[in-house]
Amino acid sequence: MLALKIHEYQAKDLLQQYGVPVPKGVVAESPSEALKKVGELGEGSCVVKAQIHAGGRGKGGGVKVCRTRDEMQSAVDEILGMNLVTVQTGPEGQLVKKVLIEQASKIRGELYLGLVIDRQKEIPVMMASAEGGMAIEEVAATNPEAIFFENIDPNAGLQPFQARRLATRLNLPNDTIGGFSKFATCLTDAFLAEECSLAEINPLVLTDQNQLIALDAKINFDDNALYRHPTTCELRDLDEENPMEVRASEHELSYISMDGNIGCMVNGAGLAMATMDIIKIHGGEPANFLDVGGGATAQRVAEALRIILSDQNVRAILINIFGGIVRCDLIAEGITEAVQDSDIPVPLIVRLEGNMVEQGKKILADSELNLITADSLDDAARKAVNIVTKEATK
Amino acid sequence: MSILVTNESRVLVQGLTGGQGTFHSKQCMEYGTQIVGGVTPGRGGTEHLGQPVFNTVTEACQRTDANVSITFVPAPFAADSVIEAAEAGIQLIICIAEGIPTLDMARAKAAVRAHGSRLIGPNCPGIITPAVDDGRGCKIGIMPGFIHHGGNIGVVSRSGTLTYEAVSQLTARNLGQSTCVGIGGDPIIGSSFTDILQLFEEDNDTHAVVMVGEIGGSAEEEAAQYIASEMTKPVAAFIAGRTAPPGKRMGHAGAIVSGGKGTATAKVKALKKAGVAVADSPARIGETLQSLLPS
Repeated sequence: MLALKIHEYQAKDLLQQYGVPVPKGVVAESPSEALKKVGELGEGSCVVKAQIHAGGRGKGGGVKVCRTRDEMQSAVDEILGMNLVTVQTGPEGQLVKKVLIEQASKIRGELYLGLVIDRQKEIPVMMASAEGGMAIEEVAATNPEAIFFENIDPNAGLQPFQARRLATRLNLPNDTIGGFSKFATCLTDAFLAEECSLAEINPLVLTDQNQLIALDAKINFDDNALYRHPTTCELRDLDEENPMEVRASEHELSYISMDGNIGCMVNGAGLAMATMDIIKIHGGEPANFLDVGGGATAQRVAEALRIILSDQNVRAILINIFGGIVRCDLIAEGITEAVQDSDIPVPLIVRLEGNMVEQGKKILADSELNLITADSLDDAARKAVNIVTKEATK
Repeated sequence: MSILVTNESRVLVQGLTGGQGTFHSKQCMEYGTQIVGGVTPGRGGTEHLGQPVFNTVTEACQRTDANVSITFVPAPFAADSVIEAAEAGIQLIICIAEGIPTLDMARAKAAVRAHGSRLIGPNCPGIITPAVDDGRGCKIGIMPGFIHHGGNIGVVSRSGTLTYEAVSQLTARNLGQSTCVGIGGDPIIGSSFTDILQLFEEDNDTHAVVMVGEIGGSAEEEAAQYIASEMTKPVAAFIAGRTAPPGKRMGHAGAIVSGGKGTATAKVKALKKAGVAVADSPARIGETLQSLLPS
């Protein structure tokens, strides 16, 4: 299933349902909505935060601290509708359609608290650090002793003593140990119940009132478990997704858009990655990753071709199929049928290997379609790269 | 010889009567695999493909002498089928399903470990020990039997069709295989590269090993450590995903570069440092392995 990403305000809503304390906030899609709702926040400073899926919003100008209502109003005007460019959006940026306006907190200290699935230990692991506000990868690289870990039993959850141990290692004041334990326990409950792959609170702040609050929140989900979380799936914001990836997922095709000009259609994820790699080795750039799956029927091939071709940069398409149990002759029929029925404006390079490959090649050759056949992985990549290079120098 | 499975293995198929189970079990039997029974809840007491069907693995183990199980049970119920097999005492469990929730796998893996069983997969093509000379082979999985040939090269891989690509390059060079193991493309899997490399190291009939890895996790780096310190046999490798963008899951649930970790570059570097011959191109896997053998 297509990876599910959610906004900060949605992550905070979700965590709050499990008892994780978050700042009081309102979400607005227009300045007038902001003005109407902001009364709920009471007096005092507030923070206006752009709601897009990419990180690095603060540095890109998508987060503003405001002392007055006037400042808030102008920050909302400025951020809503801006094209926010961050390290994660790429140079094209992302249009801001929603802002989160939150009560500002008086901050005494910033921590990091996160949960991930540790692939080596094969269980969830909680990570905590006093270096709040910094990316955990950066702390891991520069100061690994500053990160403390607790293994989580997926059946039992976080044990109270583990939370107390973390609080002590983080040098939290004695009167906040109880609050931290509750915070960490609620976060773990949310992680396990919602089947997350990552839940990150950075920073987790200690206020001047000795309250612990999730100032920011990021959640990723286990795609394989989404089928049993239908309500969570409703949080998907299609405005933030690549439309081609959405469409591919509707046809159960695994597709990832890239920057190059050679479209790829391959059966199997490993072979699909390897096909992208070999295009690069021959000096070309892949336009996408696409795993057409086991049953490469005419219908699936046709849909995959349509998705690849909706990318305007594509100048040639490389089809690489290893017929294992699936027969190459049936795949060849699928390809010829799909090509006959649709108007393919770019050259198609086809490499078939495996089960009934000779029959498959014969079908392609006899089709009188404008297909370029290749005998090996190398041959296919070379031909595809030559075609796009020749076209570029025309 | 071979590792894990031989033509003496007696195989139980969980989900034998389903579409996938029926199709692939037939292919396995044609290849020479001894299937001794199946499990489908609610179909106990019937026969399918000439084999007895049971409601539970416990019952199947009492009534047959199965020592290996392959499960074709779909992802939402697959972890349960793995735990059932481990609890019934099956020593080697092969799980094909793609899409098992990670926490289900974490629990299943703990159960497999507690019962002292070995799990291969999930999200994998299975295991095959090709026939040597005119003997019978053993295929427990969904891979195409015809591309394999008996011999002395061990193959271990996280992928499906890319493994077939590697195997067919070996076969084309007359380099037969002792056993080919697909360990699976998920973040949590039953057996790691290191587990399987250890078995190949101990197997007298495996002379060299091909390992096919990909981006995500650190299993290749851990394997590199094992190879550097313990392995005497030559190893050739290919790592897929050098061109994969960070933060994107490349089809397999486990194939993702996150937080700068799990890149192909880091894996290639670790393997080369361990003395592994790493093929730069997926088209040169067979050639790279051959270069390690005495001519």
